[in-house]
Amino acid sequence: MTKTDPSTDRAPMTESVVTGLPPERIREQRRRRNAFRKPVTSVLRHVFLITAAVLMLYPVIWMVVSSFRPTELIFRDAGLVFDSFEISNYVEGWEALTYPFNVYLVNSGLVVIGSIIGNLVSCSLAAYAFARLEFTGKRFWFAIMLLSIMLPIHVIIVPQYVLFSQLGWVNTFLPLIVPKLLATDAFFIFLMVQFIRGIPRELDEAARIDGAGHPRIFLQIILPLMVPALATTTIFTFIWTWNDFFSQLIFLTKPGLYTVPLALNAFQDAQSSTDFGELFAMSVVSLIPIFLIFLFGQRFLIKGIATTGIK
Amino acid sequence: MSALGELRRVKGQPVSRQRKQNKAAFLFLLPWFIGLALITIGPMVASFALSFTRYNLLSPPRFIGFENYVRMFEDERLHKALAVTFQYVFISVPLQLGLALLLAIVLDRGLRGLSLYRSAFYLPSLLGGSVAIAILWRQLFGVDGLVNVVLGWVGIEGQGWISNPETALGTLMVLNVWTFGAPMVIFLAGLRQIPVMYYEAASVDGANRRQQFRHITLPMLTPIIFFNLILQLIGAFQSFTQAFVVSGGTGGPVDSTLFYTLYLYQQGFTSLNMGYASAMAWLLLVIIAALTAINFWASKYWVFYDDQD
Repeated sequence: MTKTDPSTDRAPMTESVVTGLPPERIREQRRRRNAFRKPVTSVLRHVFLITAAVLMLYPVIWMVVSSFRPTELIFRDAGLVFDSFEISNYVEGWEALTYPFNVYLVNSGLVVIGSIIGNLVSCSLAAYAFARLEFTGKRFWFAIMLLSIMLPIHVIIVPQYVLFSQLGWVNTFLPLIVPKLLATDAFFIFLMVQFIRGIPRELDEAARIDGAGHPRIFLQIILPLMVPALATTTIFTFIWTWNDFFSQLIFLTKPGLYTVPLALNAFQDAQSSTDFGELFAMSVVSLIPIFLIFLFGQRFLIKGIATTGIK
Repeated sequence: MSALGELRRVKGQPVSRQRKQNKAAFLFLLPWFIGLALITIGPMVASFALSFTRYNLLSPPRFIGFENYVRMFEDERLHKALAVTFQYVFISVPLQLGLALLLAIVLDRGLRGLSLYRSAFYLPSLLGGSVAIAILWRQLFGVDGLVNVVLGWVGIEGQGWISNPETALGTLMVLNVWTFGAPMVIFLAGLRQIPVMYYEAASVDGANRRQQFRHITLPMLTPIIFFNLILQLIGAFQSFTQAFVVSGGTGGPVDSTLFYTLYLYQQGFTSLNMGYASAMAWLLLVIIAALTAINFWASKYWVFYDDQD
């Protein structure tokens, strides 16, 4: 059996509470149940799953392999063999637009960092209030917060644009970052509230008896304990902001301020039918950060979706 | 929570404690309150007001009553956009969720290499919203794209899937189905919550695997199916990037990929019909809210809540 994440494999625990059997016993039962399964079905399952996984990832791998092929060969070759290792696509693609590609990477990076800081600070503050404080109208505001998660951005984008253009913020990163500092990504408030609710209240009480006020309880007790929720928020904010296209398209129109998605879109428009190699190379570059996050932050990603999905 | 509050009042706790928490809560929530007022509610109200005006950013908005809403009834492109979006949502979301459920069930419980498979299926959900993947899609389904090369191997004459108005929307649906990993992870977590003892009781009673699936797994999973359905429906209605990139911002060929949000963008930010775009935004909100409400109403008839917990 491969390593299973203990946090997602809570079922034996909950079950042992219900049945009164020790968790080991339940795991044992499961193993026996699985052992009964015919080996043939098991092999069939693996064949099915491997086929499906290969089919799913084929296009992406093909894009990576193709980015190292000369453009004229890309569409003749559907295979995945690294038959050529031409880095010229990367070298030329990097300089193909008005600015070198690192400008766009830095722009995206700035927006991402600003958004992450904004979400971490503002959402954790709001989450503490919702999870730990009693205040007038709490249920009402909590409901408003939940509803705002589902509000399509398109409903507010026009007046937002008017507002930000009157402030002279169009063609700056402010319209993309300032809303995050004001906790408009309410999804993360919800995620953090769920997490804080799981932290024993006795810890707060103990600190309160020692004379700590809410700012100190928040900073010294809750915040250090909610690092996993902060990590999940960081990772999701990274991915969503890095991939975001709609709001960046609206608020950034100067090529010098283009983020990676805008640059790729401009690249595609300019190239129409030539130089797919370069276009692919830069697309691969744009996916590398996401892929790295996926590799190293997977645990938080999976847990993040699973917990907010269920509770 | 409310019971606790009641108790406190009965016990006559000093009012100052309550007041203090109000003040603390206000300070903790201050950024959120400002955001709610200036970035969310304010613009919502403004957008509602703008929907009754003609406004192009350059000259002040002019009140025109219901004209924008009346115009919607005659706007052929809007009807096309609605048709395209509804087709996209109602075909691709069920397919996506079906596939997610199928793979979650195949992956569930003690399969060797589970986490590896889960990663492989989950990765596309992270990539799917990016411009890079939209660009890849455009090449995959192009006249001499990968799909046609593969079809050529088995002797099928390919075509330009993206340039053909009959099939262009289909390629975007495939893209959406391709991102089934996120709902699959939610399904997997849901499957793990089902107590094994239900299955054991069923086997003792002689139920076979199919019966167990039909009478235990499926009913126990309905709340998760419902949750995924709501989430994906709302998300799919707002799809934008893929259609924009694949069609080069036009929604073509012949408006066959003109997503509602794409048309809204064209009206608001290309033609600067900001009044009309605001009215369109409100129609979108009403559609999404109505669909969600219908779903909640219908859930009474098919979503099963296990009250034994």
